[in-house]
Amino acid sequence: MADGGAVTEAGATHGVSLEVDAVSHEFGAYRALDDVSLRVEPGEVMALLGPSGCGKTTLLRVIAGFLAQSRGAVSVGGVRVDRLPPGRRNIGIVFQNYALFPHLTAAQNVGYGLAARGAARAEIARRTRQFLEVVRMEAYAERLPRELSGGQQQRIALARALCVSPGVLLLDEPFAALDKNLRLDMQIEIKRLQRRFGLTAILVTHDQEEAMSVADRVAVMRGGRIEQLGPPADVYDRPETLFVNNFIGSTNLLPGAVAADGSVRLAAGATVAPPRPAPAGARVVVSVRPEDVTLHDAPAPDRFPARCRLSLPLGAVTVLDLEAEGGAAVKVVRLRSAEGPTLDGPLWCGVREGARVSMFAEDS
Amino acid sequence: MTAAASDLRAGAVARLRLSPPEWPLVAPLGLIFVGFFLAPLALLVWTSMHADAEMTRLGPESWMRFLGDPFYLKVAADTLLLGLKTVALTLVLGVAIGLIFLEASPAQRTALLFIIILPLLLSVVVRTFAWIVILGSEGVVSNAALALGLTSAPFSLLQTELGLIISLAQIELPLMLLPLLSVMGRIDPNLLDASRALGASRWRTLWRVILPLSAPGLTAGCLLVFASSTAAFISQSVIGGGRLIYMPLVIWQQSIVVYNWPFAAVVSLCLLISVLGVIGVIHWLGRRVRA
Repeated sequence: MADGGAVTEAGATHGVSLEVDAVSHEFGAYRALDDVSLRVEPGEVMALLGPSGCGKTTLLRVIAGFLAQSRGAVSVGGVRVDRLPPGRRNIGIVFQNYALFPHLTAAQNVGYGLAARGAARAEIARRTRQFLEVVRMEAYAERLPRELSGGQQQRIALARALCVSPGVLLLDEPFAALDKNLRLDMQIEIKRLQRRFGLTAILVTHDQEEAMSVADRVAVMRGGRIEQLGPPADVYDRPETLFVNNFIGSTNLLPGAVAADGSVRLAAGATVAPPRPAPAGARVVVSVRPEDVTLHDAPAPDRFPARCRLSLPLGAVTVLDLEAEGGAAVKVVRLRSAEGPTLDGPLWCGVREGARVSMFAEDS
Repeated sequence: MTAAASDLRAGAVARLRLSPPEWPLVAPLGLIFVGFFLAPLALLVWTSMHADAEMTRLGPESWMRFLGDPFYLKVAADTLLLGLKTVALTLVLGVAIGLIFLEASPAQRTALLFIIILPLLLSVVVRTFAWIVILGSEGVVSNAALALGLTSAPFSLLQTELGLIISLAQIELPLMLLPLLSVMGRIDPNLLDASRALGASRWRTLWRVILPLSAPGLTAGCLLVFASSTAAFISQSVIGGGRLIYMPLVIWQQSIVVYNWPFAAVVSLCLLISVLGVIGVIHWLGRRVRA
């Protein structure tokens, strides 16, 4: 393919870089994208993560070429593609609803892109067979999409996008329509294909677990801007804003104030060390992940009292719903096998040593 | 497994067989169907089997007269051709408007549908007379061609097949558009994006995605336009005048003017059968395209 990624003997493609430079987009007076810049390295998977309306889908449509941005530039493999139609941007896309052609068989769907590019019939047949094998769907070549399950349809949609050897693969909420068990299988499948072909991929999702499991880096979006961009563990452990903190993972927000000696006095009744220095007297919110809350049966200065309202066994872990003094709810996750105080007596909560605690100004 | 299957089958049979108390519910519709559709059709067939205009004796003469006369056979062929040509023109116009519809926003779609339905609120007679004004030698088409220097003398498209097809296409267009747009409106827009993203040109997307997925609407539209335009007595008579003769006009003359009811019945049945034949072919083509 002249305009595809580099094709190796095995039919593998190598991903190219993708650059979004100061892209803004307005729908009338509504600013859907506000000066967004990011760079995805060859072979990297980036997740665009955010709630609905944050601009992630708009950004995906701009990159794919379905929408012309108001300002800014998009480059694929170092080449500006702003003025190119979607089919000539060296980009493959898997739609949320898969968008398989309902009147064509699985094989015809996979071969559609090559046929549209005028490939020879024998070449289309060869590569169609090859990519059906890649997604392990060779037995279903002659089925129509409506005769396939959701997971099978997604495999065909992946094969269809990969068959034209795109340099960048865009995945729009790829797991949203799958049930939970299948979702994990497909996450593994996509990761496997991405490794095998060295694909550059952008994954749009509102599900943080999905983003964390598949992506090398995560861009958390809000109101048309990128709020934080970094490796999943960084974004999880060191959220830069309260929004990112709340959106990524579950958390306990404990209000408090900075004391004269620099420590933080929580309203619930414990004194903890702040993750970073803060001016005395400042009102803050301390965020502690549920897995970082420890339980004790005796008081201490760095513990606050609470009692257990509810215990939800979720297989390997148990989620506890505690009530601190003043009625504030505290979530705790602990291994079911973990030793600990009995839950029906008075409890004292502390913060696990070495835990990543975040602190934000109260009005942020 | 087998026992379960036979149980299922027994259940299905039991459901198919209507138990006595359900018959009165079906009876009104059944009676209307028999009284207003089957009985008149039987009467038509019975009438056509009479040999003479006075209906004094039975005989195949009326049928022989129609099938043996090249004039009437040509009228029949012209009628079917008129229908096919009108279908072809409405098909092209319908797909073009359908593509506009696909690109339109929901508000624009509503406006477009309103514009399409609007002519249906006017009588066919009024619409046909409007076409007389447009197509006549003092009409808009002729004057425009004169003004543009395309022709040196005024001309009239009245009493020509072209003029008739143009006006029929406009008059029957809503019948093509309503089923077509309802099917096209349900095409997932992501499919068009997917086709573009895979490198397909607009034409390829039209031929390989839009038209196959619109096949049910196209088939229904073609059937309606064909059946309606072959039977469009008013437009055929007013625009075609005395020079163009189609089967509805022959039926009218035979039944109202010369009172030869058996022969009128024969022409009616021939129109019915040939239209049904063409409809069968269109339907079959539509199914093949979808498969």
